[in-house]
Amino acid sequence: MANVSLRKLHKRYDDFHAVKGIDLEIKDHEFLVLVGPSGCGKTTSLRMVAGLETITEGQILIGNTVVNELPPMDRDIAMVFQNYALYPHMSVFDNMAFGLKMRKFPRAEIESRVKAASEILGIQDHLHRKPRMLSGGQRQRVALGRAIVRNPQVFLFDEPLSNLDAKLRVQMRVEIKKLHHRLKTTSIYVTHDQVEAMTLGDRVVVMKDGLIQQVGEPLELYNNPANKYVAGFIGSPAMNFADVTLRDHGGAIFAENATMRIRMPDAIAARVKGHNGKGASLGIRPEDLRVAREGDSADLAFDGIVEVAEQLGSEVILDLRSGPSTIVASVEPTIRVKPGDTVRLAINPIGIRLFDGESEKAI
Amino acid sequence: MIEGAAWRRWVFFRIPTGIFLILLLFPFYWMIITTFRPDGELYRPWRAANYTPFWTWNPTTAHLKYLFGETSFMLWMWNTMFIAVVATAISLFCGVLAGYALSRLKFSGAGLLGTLIFVTYLVPQTLLFIPLSDIIRGYRIGDTPWALILTYPTFLIPFCTWLMMGYFKAIPKELEECARIDGASRFQAMLYIVLPVAVPGILSALIFAFTLSWNEFIYALVFLSSPEQKTVPVGVVSELIRGDVFFWGPLMAGALLGSIPVAIVYSFFVEHYVSGLTGSVKG
Amino acid sequence: MAATTAGTGEIVIAKPRWRPLESEGNLALLLLLPTLALLGLFIAYPFIKGILLSVQDTRVGIDGKFVGFDNFARLATDPIFHAVVWNTIFYTVVTTIFKLILGLWLAILLNRDFKFKAVTRAFILLPFIVPTVLACFAWKWMFDPTFSVINWGLYKLGLITGAINWLGDGDLAMLSIIIVNIWRGVPFFAISLMAGLQTISPDLQEAAAIDGAKPWQRFIHITWPLLLPVTMVVVLFSVIQTFADFQIVYVMTGGGPANATHLFATYAYQLGIGTGLLSQGAAVSLAMFPILFAIVIFQLMYIRRVETR
Repeated sequence: MANVSLRKLHKRYDDFHAVKGIDLEIKDHEFLVLVGPSGCGKTTSLRMVAGLETITEGQILIGNTVVNELPPMDRDIAMVFQNYALYPHMSVFDNMAFGLKMRKFPRAEIESRVKAASEILGIQDHLHRKPRMLSGGQRQRVALGRAIVRNPQVFLFDEPLSNLDAKLRVQMRVEIKKLHHRLKTTSIYVTHDQVEAMTLGDRVVVMKDGLIQQVGEPLELYNNPANKYVAGFIGSPAMNFADVTLRDHGGAIFAENATMRIRMPDAIAARVKGHNGKGASLGIRPEDLRVAREGDSADLAFDGIVEVAEQLGSEVILDLRSGPSTIVASVEPTIRVKPGDTVRLAINPIGIRLFDGESEKAI
Repeated sequence: MIEGAAWRRWVFFRIPTGIFLILLLFPFYWMIITTFRPDGELYRPWRAANYTPFWTWNPTTAHLKYLFGETSFMLWMWNTMFIAVVATAISLFCGVLAGYALSRLKFSGAGLLGTLIFVTYLVPQTLLFIPLSDIIRGYRIGDTPWALILTYPTFLIPFCTWLMMGYFKAIPKELEECARIDGASRFQAMLYIVLPVAVPGILSALIFAFTLSWNEFIYALVFLSSPEQKTVPVGVVSELIRGDVFFWGPLMAGALLGSIPVAIVYSFFVEHYVSGLTGSVKG
Repeated sequence: MAATTAGTGEIVIAKPRWRPLESEGNLALLLLLPTLALLGLFIAYPFIKGILLSVQDTRVGIDGKFVGFDNFARLATDPIFHAVVWNTIFYTVVTTIFKLILGLWLAILLNRDFKFKAVTRAFILLPFIVPTVLACFAWKWMFDPTFSVINWGLYKLGLITGAINWLGDGDLAMLSIIIVNIWRGVPFFAISLMAGLQTISPDLQEAAAIDGAKPWQRFIHITWPLLLPVTMVVVLFSVIQTFADFQIVYVMTGGGPANATHLFATYAYQLGIGTGLLSQGAAVSLAMFPILFAIVIFQLMYIRRVETR
């Protein structure tokens, strides 16, 4: 069983506390993505699983074995690095065969495994070449091939696509997903790109400042973010936030500020009964806003002044100013407005999210 | 680039460079000419009317014959080469391993040891030669090649270490990490991955150590006494000068032939020598 | 410490195989052992022995007894030693200045692409590569008062009327060894400084030129400051080498005439090996150390300051 467990994991460097107590259970065959900004601890955690960093506190288990004391070579894992880390003085074949040679596999077995892996990745014609003669995408494939031939229990990925240009990145993303479908190896993937996280992960872990903010399936994180940070991190363009005060007007809860007076849907209203006067953040995604039409409820609309209008063809992105807040709305491509115009925007009530003013947790 | 008229190129570049080259290389030309100049011409005062410095019309091999016949020159060549090769090998072995340890392994005292090794490079041989001569005699290796083979590394190793540290630092640590995940021990990762990639650095250290060995003089002068044990520089100085009399012809022949092996080996490794030099000053 | 499981069997705590060389500290120790042994045996030990020797009165064949600072006191009143100190300092300072200027000039000259650049560079280094002692013989022959080709050349150019006694006159002898030292050192300076020049992006020069700076100004404000770190390292190496120089003086003048070219190293050799006064020779050698140490510290501090600016 190739499940991976991180239990109460801590990492301290001298006076810097990089990982502050992580608990995570990664299921067998799962593709788990760790996502977050630089410095959030995701790479450090990955390197602790690999055995490249010592564990200050806590345990890491692969299967049923606590691997804290094991050096990398005994953990039955393979890793794909951001800079490919291909051995420059060896051919592609020798690069892929290196791990098997170190473990004293018989020659015939090495050849067949390397051939098989190279065919899966489409690099079988480059086996005799040296890395410097390959393109970026080909090098990344060799790095993947090197990991595949070992048939390990766990794959670890450290931002493998960051060095590729945008087009290649999309291509390789698909390749990695296809590979996972085929091989089904438990995988832990680290990235700072939320698009990669959403498209590749069976589950996604959002991290910040050494702590896990939320764990869940991509759609779960998108629809039900646990706090303001996750809400703002997942989804592009990012969710809008406006500082509001909650007021009870005869049973109906309104979120108000200088330019807005939005009525909360019943589900949310029920959760905030009795918090009259409380400060909060109102969250609404750009795609849940549209230009108001006749007949739209005034309780679910507000005005804003257009600052920039970006015509993308499939949609128009409006940057508006509403009182102290900057609001981004993604509206139909037929909308024509100029900077300086005042526009009334209607809110889709399903998309309304509220976050506590102090704790920033979802209400 | 010097733009503009061709005359500027000549005045500001070609002529100065030419003069530098002439001044730097003239002594070697003088060595060659003197080697083949017969004694009669050789010992002609510069005031004499028929002083023809830059060419000789009667080249002779008499000096070469004297060198090979009357002195142990070939033996000196062999000694010097043997000592240089073995000392270089020892220094490379120590310097490469030490450079790896200091630049890629984390352990307490790494900084201190690095500074210590650097400091030993700054202790010149002329400071140590007197007490060392006593020690060498105490170990019974005086007047043998081993006196030099074991002492030359003292100034070769620090330089090799420093040079290799620079090259090792430029190798990304992901290469080693990947090797260790693949199944290599730290030692195997060093041997199969890091060292092969550092080969240019190793070659630079090699040629540096080799030329520095040939150039060493004071230890060889003090530790060796029998004519058969001497190295080329010491042999030429001690056996071709009797009291106040200099045998200039054979002396120049010895100087010329003694310089050639180093120059030849150097010519195969010029690029590595230059990059070693530049690497060491860029720190 | 038993950890609770998710329910699928018992937890095993894996113990690694005993691999002593996986620990960074152990591996480092093993790799450094040969180096530390050699350096300890043949540098640290002789250094201490040298200090001990210098406070005794040992001679060849005669064991010495402790005499405190007698040897150093004798040096303090020794007129030859005074000459030695002055000579060495003068020699080091003058040669370093000229090596720097000429080396920099040559580096700037060569810092461009031209045909035969690689060959030129290779030839330029020859004075530095070839064993110094052997090259010095060529120079000695060139300086010989009766047979000097240099005298002949200067005479033909009408610059002199009588012989120049290059190695026989005190001041001229110092000039001679300075010339040879500069000849040997310029290539080292030139190639190293050239490497430094190559790290200075030509964009900086072009931007300055567009801003109106003349070549002279560009050099002072852009090239020189950016070259300073490399320059300091090169000067450090060279100063140590020159200060402790032995070969050139030994071959060319032996320290004469009348101690005009005696340096620390040659005087130590004359006392210790020549006349067998081992302790006194050791004292002269050691007298180098404080000055060398001060120079090194000073320059290292300067380098650190320049690099962190």
